[in-house]
Amino acid sequence: MNRLILVMILLGLSSCQSVQPWERGALARPEMQLEVGKLGSALYRQVYFSKEASSGGSEVAGAGCGCN
Amino acid sequence: MKPLLLTVLCSWCMTAFAVKEGDIAPFFSLPILDGVQEVGLADFKGKVIYLDFWASWCGPCRISLPQIVELQAELGTDQFAVIAINLDEQEQDAVRFLRRFPVNYRVLSDSKGQVAEIYQLPGMPSSFVIDRARKITLAHTGFKQGDMRMIRDHIKGLINQDE
Repeated sequence: MNRLILVMILLGLSSCQSVQPWERGALARPEMQLEVGKLGSALYRQVYFSKEASSGGSEVAGAGCGCN
Repeated sequence: MKPLLLTVLCSWCMTAFAVKEGDIAPFFSLPILDGVQEVGLADFKGKVIYLDFWASWCGPCRISLPQIVELQAELGTDQFAVIAINLDEQEQDAVRFLRRFPVNYRVLSDSKGQVAEIYQLPGMPSSFVIDRARKITLAHTGFKQGDMRMIRDHIKGLINQDE
């Protein structure tokens, strides 16, 4: 039974699809970015850093277009 | 144990492989961007080809475009051709982009990504140098300053070698 479940899981994994590099047009749109406005984000970071004393600590990689 | 092994093998078989240097470039035929006429690899027989996959949303593609225009202008059209394949889902995005940044080579539209699928592009932009025997002699992914010098030297070498 356990083996059957394992086989089913492995088969399920093979159906996982990743977004191909040429399909990332939608991800590159401005509305898909984590940061909506640069100015607003800069202000938010300024406040965040001064409150948390953790300069650079809030950085997260953007959604991006997947280029390179 | 056998079903397990079979499952793993099956999953592996489903993975497609990218076209690489030394392979014969797969044939394709696509419509010209904003047009109906179909153009394919076979139409450029006897020429060294620079095949460039790009999209208007791809930052490095925007850097590469003017340099590809220069390359086509420098090497002429007698022995060399640039074929650009645009991968924008909305063709109009590419048309608008090219109105701002016109190019001097053929741009084909692969809005459904069929040729990109065949070539299994590892990233954007991706480009291939194809010699006169339809063999891929250079596969390049991404684009940064200085890359074009290497690509240009490679293409010039191929043109001179075949003369």
